[in-house]
Amino acid sequence: MHIATSPAFKENAHAALANAGLQKALARSGPSFIARRASAVANLPEFEQLRDTARDIKNHALANLDFYLEAYEAKVLETGGKVHWCADAEEAREAVLSICQAAGARTVTKGKSMIGEEIAINDHLEKHGITPVETDLGEYIIQLRHELPSHIIAPAFHLNMEDWEEAFRKAHTDLPVDRQFNERRDVLIEARNKLRSKFLAADVGITGANFLVAETGSSIIVTNEGNGDLTQTLPRVHIVLASIEKCVPTLEDATSLLRVLARSATGQDFSVYTTFSTGARRPGDLDGPEEYHVILIDNGRSAMMGTEFQEMLRCIRCAACMNHCPVYGAVGGHAYGWVYPGPMGSVLTPGLIGVEKAGHLPNASTFCGKCESVCPVRIPLPKLMRHWREREFERHLTPAAVRANLALWGFFARRPSLYRLATRAAAFGMGLLGRKKGRFKSMPGASGWTDGRDLPAPEGDTFFARYAKAQRAGQVS
Amino acid sequence: MSKQSILTALRRGLKRGPLPADQAAMLHGRLAQHPRHLIPARSRLPHPEQVDLFVRNVEKEFGSVTRVEDMDAVPGAVADYLAAQNLPGSFIMAPHPELQAIPWSARPLLDVREGRAQASDAVSVQHGFAGIAETGTLMLPSAPERPVTLNLLADTEVVVLRASTIVGAYEEAWDKLRAEVGAMPRNVMLITGPSRSADIEQTLELGAHGPRRLHIVLVEG
Repeated sequence: MHIATSPAFKENAHAALANAGLQKALARSGPSFIARRASAVANLPEFEQLRDTARDIKNHALANLDFYLEAYEAKVLETGGKVHWCADAEEAREAVLSICQAAGARTVTKGKSMIGEEIAINDHLEKHGITPVETDLGEYIIQLRHELPSHIIAPAFHLNMEDWEEAFRKAHTDLPVDRQFNERRDVLIEARNKLRSKFLAADVGITGANFLVAETGSSIIVTNEGNGDLTQTLPRVHIVLASIEKCVPTLEDATSLLRVLARSATGQDFSVYTTFSTGARRPGDLDGPEEYHVILIDNGRSAMMGTEFQEMLRCIRCAACMNHCPVYGAVGGHAYGWVYPGPMGSVLTPGLIGVEKAGHLPNASTFCGKCESVCPVRIPLPKLMRHWREREFERHLTPAAVRANLALWGFFARRPSLYRLATRAAAFGMGLLGRKKGRFKSMPGASGWTDGRDLPAPEGDTFFARYAKAQRAGQVS
Repeated sequence: MSKQSILTALRRGLKRGPLPADQAAMLHGRLAQHPRHLIPARSRLPHPEQVDLFVRNVEKEFGSVTRVEDMDAVPGAVADYLAAQNLPGSFIMAPHPELQAIPWSARPLLDVREGRAQASDAVSVQHGFAGIAETGTLMLPSAPERPVTLNLLADTEVVVLRASTIVGAYEEAWDKLRAEVGAMPRNVMLITGPSRSADIEQTLELGAHGPRRLHIVLVEG
């Protein structure tokens, strides 16, 4: 199981800020994601309307999810597949294991799947003597390093070339020790060669699903490498891991969502491989799996239905929110302490592992609103984080000092004239004290700010006071 | 199985029981009609311009295209492409009637085998079902005569595509698939350019696990 370190977010964040390798990776990769999305969006004049369309499709699918899931299941059965409904992670792990055992599987190849991380399927298979092999390049090195992905579409976001070389030299001991890793291409070729034999030897292939289509009973994966396709095509058995909110009605609905997915994620117009799998090998087919299983997983989703967090179920896992988040950009994904980082993780994680463990995450936001402004399905992420803060406060999980300060602020905020008087006095006092230098190097109770930068000194009066003065002088109406 | 408990939990959240018959019928109707949503204007063009847009988009995504007059010109185009890439003239080809009808013997140095691809195959020749101009995407539905492994295992994939099968938007390709094939094939790949990865330092490298090269022989006639 992945032990969530989300309760230690503050310590994690401090460590992340001091991690030179991570900071190098963040500085390199953050801006490029933003630029690529911006250019893809600029090349599609209808993009903003398509976001509305995407939101509406997901809302329609969620409002009728029970209907569409049953319609989907009927189609999967009709095309020779099986659907395994699983209420939680444990049921899902057992379902996967029993299919693998029935197939006599020794090795299993895997395409990248966040729900696979969520249910920690690899550990479970290993515990029962089955070797899982991650085949997405980023996931492959994460598995070699025994880490969690630090990003939902770029698992190795936090790593640099030297990390790749180190991990590959340590893992691939059968290769000449004097081989060179001069460029990225050398890493790619070594991984391609290593994994080719794994693809061919695997008894079972496990993939995730970006969408499930009720009209046809199809599961969709979206990749650039082709690893997901090799995973679902070559072994005798294909297992799809999918959470219930992935289900959309028709191919047209899925198509509209795909139009915003890649553009929001990698800034591509379309990913290289967008593949629709429907059931098992047909009569006469020369390739493809003989068995097709869908593990349909709830694991906390149905409990979000009908709550203020239902909107989060629209998420199509593009990662635009974390790519644009100043907090993610400063501390990376591992600080969030569990499977889903960034703004979407700050909303989803408390729902899945509990606000008592993940309460720091919705607080780790500047509320700049950038995440919501780029979300392809228009999830109001800041609002949802605020809901978690309220729940945390209501359940008295907020630290005493924060509660006391909030209470003090609340006292003044509810008394506007007193508030203005107090802020005016403070501004005047601080203005006097800081007049000489124009800034403070330290301030009692504000070391969190002044340790990293100076605090500018107020110029002597508040906005309200100056506005009133200007009004009296007839300078503003 | 947890099917009932999941459905019950969803309905509790939605504050209703199973959908009433009239609403369920409406949704069945929506599934049957599969209405289209907003389609970007960029591919709404006369057919020759759609073909040009398709070619431009394939090239933008690091694929390559040779345009030929008719099917008789395909062996020459394939042989020339393989020679230019310094590749041997031996390949595994989809057992599709349109490809089988091509006069391959016109180029006696080509060694043509039919079937699914194996790991040892360096070059595959696939039959294209449709091209989508919007993003330069190929639609390759699986069938006995169009094996999926041809799209994945070879280092170089050559796709023979008739220009007449190029459509503007994805939706038009779905309708073509519904009209010509009927039920959803087991596997439908939408392929846009050759395999790549940006997992190493978020920098694009071509040739991850799938083909390093994707070449399209576009047949006008």
